[in-house]
Amino acid sequence: MKSSKLARTIAAGWAAILGLVFSGTALAIEWNMRPAGSKLADDIHNLHEYVMILCTVIFVGVFSFMFYAIYAHRKSKGHAAAQFHENTTVEILWTVIPALILVLIALPTTRTVIAQKDTSNPDLTIKVTGYQWKWGYDYVKGEGEGISFISTLATPRDQIEGRAPKGENYLLEVDNELVVPVGKKIRILTTAADVIHSWWVPAFGAKQDAIPGFIRDIWFRAEKTGTFRSQCVELCGKEHGFMPIVVRVVSEDEYKKWAGDKLKLMAAAADDPNKTYTMDELKKRGEQVYGKICVACHQANGKGTPPAFPPLDGSKTVLGPKEEQIKTVLFGRKNTAMVAFGPQLNDVELAAVITYTRNHWSNHTGEAVQPADIKALRK
Amino acid sequence: MSAVLPGHGDTHGHDHHDHHGGYSGVMRWITTTNHKDIGTLYLWFSFTMFMVGGVMALAIRLELFQPGLQFFNPDLFNQFTTMHGLIMVFGAIMPAFVGFANWQIPMMIGAPDMAFARLNNWSFWLLPFAGSLLIISFFTPGGAPGVGWTMYAPLTVQMGVGMDLTIFAVHLLGMSSILGSINIITTILNMRAPGMTLMRMPLFCWTWLITAYLLVAAMPVLAGAVTMSLTDRHFGTSFFNAAGGGDPVLYQHIFWFFGHPEVYIIALPAFGVVSQVIPAFSRKPLFGYASMVYATSAIAILSFIVWAHHMYTVGMPVTGQLFFMYATTLIAVPTGVKVFNWVATMWKGSLSFETPMLFAIGFLFLFTLGGFTGLVLSLVPIDIQLHDTYYVVAHFHYVMVAGALFAAFAGVYFWLPKWTGRMYDETLGKWHFWLTMIFFNMIFFVQHFLGLAGMPRRIPDYPLIFETWNKISSIGAFGFGLTQLLFLYIVLKAIRSGDKAPEKPWEGADSLEWTHLPTPVPYHSFEQPPVLK
Repeated sequence: MKSSKLARTIAAGWAAILGLVFSGTALAIEWNMRPAGSKLADDIHNLHEYVMILCTVIFVGVFSFMFYAIYAHRKSKGHAAAQFHENTTVEILWTVIPALILVLIALPTTRTVIAQKDTSNPDLTIKVTGYQWKWGYDYVKGEGEGISFISTLATPRDQIEGRAPKGENYLLEVDNELVVPVGKKIRILTTAADVIHSWWVPAFGAKQDAIPGFIRDIWFRAEKTGTFRSQCVELCGKEHGFMPIVVRVVSEDEYKKWAGDKLKLMAAAADDPNKTYTMDELKKRGEQVYGKICVACHQANGKGTPPAFPPLDGSKTVLGPKEEQIKTVLFGRKNTAMVAFGPQLNDVELAAVITYTRNHWSNHTGEAVQPADIKALRK
Repeated sequence: MSAVLPGHGDTHGHDHHDHHGGYSGVMRWITTTNHKDIGTLYLWFSFTMFMVGGVMALAIRLELFQPGLQFFNPDLFNQFTTMHGLIMVFGAIMPAFVGFANWQIPMMIGAPDMAFARLNNWSFWLLPFAGSLLIISFFTPGGAPGVGWTMYAPLTVQMGVGMDLTIFAVHLLGMSSILGSINIITTILNMRAPGMTLMRMPLFCWTWLITAYLLVAAMPVLAGAVTMSLTDRHFGTSFFNAAGGGDPVLYQHIFWFFGHPEVYIIALPAFGVVSQVIPAFSRKPLFGYASMVYATSAIAILSFIVWAHHMYTVGMPVTGQLFFMYATTLIAVPTGVKVFNWVATMWKGSLSFETPMLFAIGFLFLFTLGGFTGLVLSLVPIDIQLHDTYYVVAHFHYVMVAGALFAAFAGVYFWLPKWTGRMYDETLGKWHFWLTMIFFNMIFFVQHFLGLAGMPRRIPDYPLIFETWNKISSIGAFGFGLTQLLFLYIVLKAIRSGDKAPEKPWEGADSLEWTHLPTPVPYHSFEQPPVLK
């Protein structure tokens, strides 16, 4: 009587705790790999299921012996211990049989490994560059050649810090999605500008580390249109959790239209590196570049987070001769988090953002840096 | 070798009734050369580090309880994941088993002490300095390194001075391990009682002999890897920097050439403990002793040719991927032999289920589960989907926690009566087991689902679809952490006021410390080697 009351109290307590914990939870529960969007991913899912079934059968088999022994061969039941301690036949069997099972697993797996590595004859080749903490996409060969853009997290800071309700694609949304045509073989070249990142789209079974100074490749062929989302999967510093990958797969016609529009847009927006800009133009443009590129480390208030990320507000380099600052931004600082931004930004963007830092916060050099200054120092 | 002379541990000229050498109080522990004292030091150090690493794990689980950033900034979060890994691997699990080795190996082979008693003292006393360096790194400018316990280049060059402290700590830990291993190898090969042939040694000694060789081979490789990172950071070298002709992937090859044997450095002594406990509570000899020895050796040798299975996604050639995949799957064969042998030992035994046996069975069940997820991960295409996701986190915690830690708990409950002469509270021990078992699975079983669904590891914040499992995992983590305080209470209660242990607490235990020494064991044992028939 007393114990059932206690049990009820405990149960009610647990229910209250769980209720509290899970209130406001979407209760979305994922048990398995996400739906496949390519044949390769589908093969991997099937392989995984096949191996899981084998493992489960063996696991249940082995442990049914153990649990039977626990049930039947216990001292409390008066079971006397046998004293056997070897049996050559059994020992050979349980060495050879698992080896044979491994062969059964290796055969289909080898086929998939070879397919996964075959990056020959792509329809479209895209270079993916990992930056701290965003992805750069360059369409290097095939329809849309020449398209180039940077893709950064679009989830507002307010959602991350809990000042606004989180959206459906929280942390899985970007400003510029990677767009590819359905049914085409896409070859992805990966590299990185600073540290190792890893580019992954689970729906395509495609994951490849992006290694600074080296180019590696993978491929995928999307079999259905739609938007596929993922994240960087190699620890790359403080914002590692905030550089998503979003791939939008569209029909071939749609892709052609998108690629044409994108190229026209890029041409229209192309900066003129030979023009001399006014201070206000440079500062305005610089603020945009700063907000996209520099802010993650040096912060909006220019104070940085020292010592890894030093302040720009009041910085000796920023307030010193402009050549030094240009060189720092162009070529980076060895063995620090300050990487070379020369390959990532054009002369106008560099001139603008340097001008902005030299004339913002408490920095008032009154000096404008022009694209020509950058060009002179690029080698 | 002079070290085999009986009574050599008695270096202070006192007679044999003087228990603790020439000093008392804290100086006893600082100056001790007694293998039992040093074993105790290792075990308490290990438990302390287990608590420190555990608090970091709880901080991680606290942040991951719900999406969004609530408690820690991403930088500090990365520091926690890094230090949790380093402290648990090098500060908690490895020293725990060295503690068992110190206590048990001399007693199990009928030796009076370890071969190099002073070296033994130094091997231990390097550890608190290394541990302190790891903890101090949090308070340096820039904090502890946030690079993960694997310390991949070139992220390491972006870190502050905390990285250098960590590198130095790794050097110290490596030195400690190498010196300890030399001691263990020498002790086992030279100081066995007459008649104790290698193939008559308790399996625990065999697993440690092989582990010690792995340590001597692997730790210098790690020291090399972190030293190259150090010179890349400060002295202008470019081992891991492509711009200077180096290669970041080289670091990974070197690290994992150490890293994979390291997995077995942790697992083999755990196998050893379990191979003592299961026969004792089955009242039946270990099944397939010889095949256990061969399987252990096979695992150790294979462990040196499988390292790149941690690196399937770096972009190896297809032949490389296939070689490492086949070699890795082969490990399933000797590991399977071990599992079958343990089950066959229990088969037709006369089983009883005291706490050490419960933890050994828990080990057997969950470690095998971790072995199967290891097989899944060894397959290149599946690993490419699961690499760097929570599936991997779940997998290695099944091996490290349900494997190594459960075996360590089994060992403590098993030998505590022998060491202290007092029994632990059996009811509380069972509570400790069942709570640990339930909460462990609550934390880590669900992480398999997170990994399959695509949650990357080492992220402080996550998309909404991962919320439910993360909540369950976090609740489990706090339950698990509190349960370990119960363990501390059980051990302290046993030492202070436990019932007096009977002369032979476990009727099925048959190695020398049970059959030839009184309970509790005297401070100096086997000053004259035992006579073995």
